Amino acid sequence: MNLVEEWGITLAVFLPLLGAIVIALTPKGMEGIQKILALVSTGAALLVGLALTFAFEHGEAGMQFEKTVPWIPSIDSNYHVGIDGISLPLLVLSVLVCFLCIIYACWHIPEPGNAKAFLALILLLETGMNGSFIALDLVLFFVFWELVLVPMYFLIGIWGGENRQYASIKFFLYTLFGSVFMLLGFLALYFQSDPNTFDMLLLQEEGVLSLTPALANLIFGGLALGFAVKVPMWPFHTWLPDAHTQAPTIGSVLLAAVLLKMGTYGFMRIAIPILPEPAMTYAPFIAILAAIAIVYGALCCLAQTNLKRMIAFSSVGHMGFVMLGISAMTPEGFNAAVFGMVAHGVITGMLFFLAGSIKERYHTYEMPELAGMGLKIPKMAGMLAFCAIASLGLPGLAGFWGEIMALLSAYQPLEGLDPTIFRGAMVAGAIGTVLTAGYFLWMLQRVNMGKISEKWNKVKLNDVQTLEYAAWAPLLALILVLGLYPRLIMDTTTSSVTALTESITGQSAPTDEARVAQVEDN
Amino acid sequence: MDLSLPALLPELILTLAACGVLTIDLFLPKEKRKMAFPLAVGGILATLAAVLALYGRNITTLDGMFVVDRFAVIFKIVFCIAALLVFAVSHAYLNDDDNDVPHGEYFTMMMFSLLGMLTIASSRDLIAIFVSLEMISMPAFILAGIRKNDIRSNEAALKFFLFGVLSTALMLFGMSLFYGLTGSTNLADLSEGLAGRTDIDEVALLAILFMIVGFGFKVSAFPFQWWVPDTYEGAPIPVAAFLSVASKTAGFVGLFQVMFLGLGELADMWRPMFAVIGVVTMTFGNLVAIQQKQIVRLLAYSSIAQAGYMLLPLGVASATDGELNTQIVFSVVGYLLVYAFMETGAFAVATAFGRKTGKFLVEDYAGLFARSPALAVAMAAFLFSLAGIPPFAGWWAKFVIFQTLIEGEGLWLAVIMAVNTVIAMFYYLAVVKKMFVDKAEEPAAIPLPRVLAGAIGAAAVVITVGGFLPDLFGRLAENSHFF
Repeated sequence: MNLVEEWGITLAVFLPLLGAIVIALTPKGMEGIQKILALVSTGAALLVGLALTFAFEHGEAGMQFEKTVPWIPSIDSNYHVGIDGISLPLLVLSVLVCFLCIIYACWHIPEPGNAKAFLALILLLETGMNGSFIALDLVLFFVFWELVLVPMYFLIGIWGGENRQYASIKFFLYTLFGSVFMLLGFLALYFQSDPNTFDMLLLQEEGVLSLTPALANLIFGGLALGFAVKVPMWPFHTWLPDAHTQAPTIGSVLLAAVLLKMGTYGFMRIAIPILPEPAMTYAPFIAILAAIAIVYGALCCLAQTNLKRMIAFSSVGHMGFVMLGISAMTPEGFNAAVFGMVAHGVITGMLFFLAGSIKERYHTYEMPELAGMGLKIPKMAGMLAFCAIASLGLPGLAGFWGEIMALLSAYQPLEGLDPTIFRGAMVAGAIGTVLTAGYFLWMLQRVNMGKISEKWNKVKLNDVQTLEYAAWAPLLALILVLGLYPRLIMDTTTSSVTALTESITGQSAPTDEARVAQVEDN
Repeated sequence: MDLSLPALLPELILTLAACGVLTIDLFLPKEKRKMAFPLAVGGILATLAAVLALYGRNITTLDGMFVVDRFAVIFKIVFCIAALLVFAVSHAYLNDDDNDVPHGEYFTMMMFSLLGMLTIASSRDLIAIFVSLEMISMPAFILAGIRKNDIRSNEAALKFFLFGVLSTALMLFGMSLFYGLTGSTNLADLSEGLAGRTDIDEVALLAILFMIVGFGFKVSAFPFQWWVPDTYEGAPIPVAAFLSVASKTAGFVGLFQVMFLGLGELADMWRPMFAVIGVVTMTFGNLVAIQQKQIVRLLAYSSIAQAGYMLLPLGVASATDGELNTQIVFSVVGYLLVYAFMETGAFAVATAFGRKTGKFLVEDYAGLFARSPALAVAMAAFLFSLAGIPPFAGWWAKFVIFQTLIEGEGLWLAVIMAVNTVIAMFYYLAVVKKMFVDKAEEPAAIPLPRVLAGAIGAAAVVITVGGFLPDLFGRLAENSHFF
């Protein structure tokens, strides 16, 4: 266990990178060996992730398995890593989804082939994503954060759909634009702290940062811009539908399941704990933007005829719920956010898998042409229905808890925030859930039901294949398990998110009774 | 006059080696003229060894005109390594039969130019700096026009020459003004003579402007960059690499010595000039680079933009805050170290590609990944590094510049640079997209001679390892302050 505690986090981050390097060194054409290498390295990272979960003291609030090694002394930056209840679920989500993606890749490498480059890029991407969730040094975080750009650009640009060039460049430039301002914010934090430091934990300590309110707001704005583009929050979301729609199946899955969470995680790990006062100033605006995202995302979904694009827009809405939870600044809200992140990762990742496999069979994402899928490939159709229902927030499945808790937390935001605005956002969000149910059910009606078109009547299509089962079974199981037993995540997160709220208020979070009393006063 | 021979040993070795290459080449039969390359490399290696032996020493000689300190030694190392990389690129280029370039003269000229670079790193005197700059430029004029039957090469040399002569004349005028003001050409005496003087504003302003013209030409800062694209395009590509890396670095070295050691007292006067020049240079370079269709011209404009990034820290310099000035030197030195590898690497790939195919348009790079995967990956690494994207070392270089700007309270400069970074990404990505996304017109792999492959590989490895462990550069840069 000692190895896990000392080096577990580092292994989880760098094993995929090692795999990527080894794969890059193998000669071209040895596809079998390359696939095995990719499976082994992501599998090892997954095992390490699970070992970390078991070694983790659930219910403790602080950082665990911390490790600090000097990295770039010339700019005062350390390799400082650690995980707490907020980062652990996301790290596990990341290693799990990456492993499943590799399994799926073993089944199918998209056009124009080249397994070597494809697998190596996924592994490089995994290093960037895992690293973002464990970095406790702003420079380290920045490097991991930017590390995901290059592989994702290539995944979309080389293996993507027809409009991939536009989508990949838009993705790259948009995210880069946000992140350079995030970087300027990091540097401003460094020079405004005493002693000068890039360490996230030190920066949160009282007295380390001394900022005028105007400067604090400016810095928060820079950080928020970087994170908001990644989430993406309305109105910075326009790269997302293009990138998701054009990306190859695995690219979409990783984008939706993990990459977007880096933005929301950034808010919870960096922006809010380091700059709590400006966070309170910005919170109402974030809530309003989140509410707009929820309704806007749902309306856009209703307008889509392309299945994949519809799922992409549904991400805008779901991430809106996550941001709504964060903006409430209460333990309930943060809990909703982390749960929502994991649930969205599992469900939407699964939906993108299904969309990709459907495209493999039908060669189209257009819903009218898919009509009658329930008759043609019933198992696949069943899975689609299951995930769609989970995504629209049916109680008992994973999607429910994130949404309902986000809405509840918006009813009573942290003291000092104007409840009227948040309740307005809550109402908008509630309307959004109805619309969400609407477009998902409509999608099911158009795809699963109906009459099989002439074109496909005579053709035989394969239903779900073995490797597809292997890649999807864990996700399907998680959707059910998380829905039935949400404490699986909450038990880990609650103490950490409570500590987060306490760091904002500077005092212990009110107990449930006190909150009930407060609600009654209102 | 005192004279310390050990301090001058590298320069002496290089002079002898350069003369040796020229003489031996004279007596070699025509089919053996390829011997010039190993001889030249040997000469540089011997020089490099002599430079390394001086590391950590502090020697002042020639009445304070010539100094050996960490700053000087580190840059001498950089110049030697850059020269070796450029030699390796040149090797492949010269061995193509259709280039009627005389080997002996080519390498001799490069070595003389390198000699000027070695001396400028040690110069602490206006006259020494001027002589060094001329020594760098004169052989470079010849190198740009060395393909004497090619009209573009002639154009390149002529433009380069006219701009060069004009700007150095102006710089010389500026130097003479400073001599008139203080009665000395030594940088330390200059600084002393200028301290506390309030009666010299107009003359000093004029003199500074003239100096900036001279160095602006060398580092290709706006508005003295007009020669760059045409010269780079017309000259042999390895020469363009030499100009954009070694010669530009030498310009920065001279600029830093003059501005901080000689004119530090007048920082309030020149600081805003550099802020404006830096902003305009990078914005101009990046905006024009977007429209380029030819790879060397694209790299030329990108190198102009890169010069802009490196000039910006001078725009927050201080007359009194030594710590801030140390940070400024650190950041630009760090950037130059990284820049030497990524820029040479990009030019090396351009040489490798254009050498046999004779194609230099960005369009021609379509499908390079399918044709020669290693070459495409290396080029992508260099371009991403130039753009400042992890995991390649360029991110750290940009990072320290941003850090300096914010420390010097140049937030607006940092914001403008941030926007520029995004603009620049656009044209770097355009090349990457061509190589990886678009289909190749012909499937043939690009032939890659071993020496050239070695140079490209070495640069790529340095850039990648340096991206994960940037302190490799950081420690050198930290050691190289001269205050």
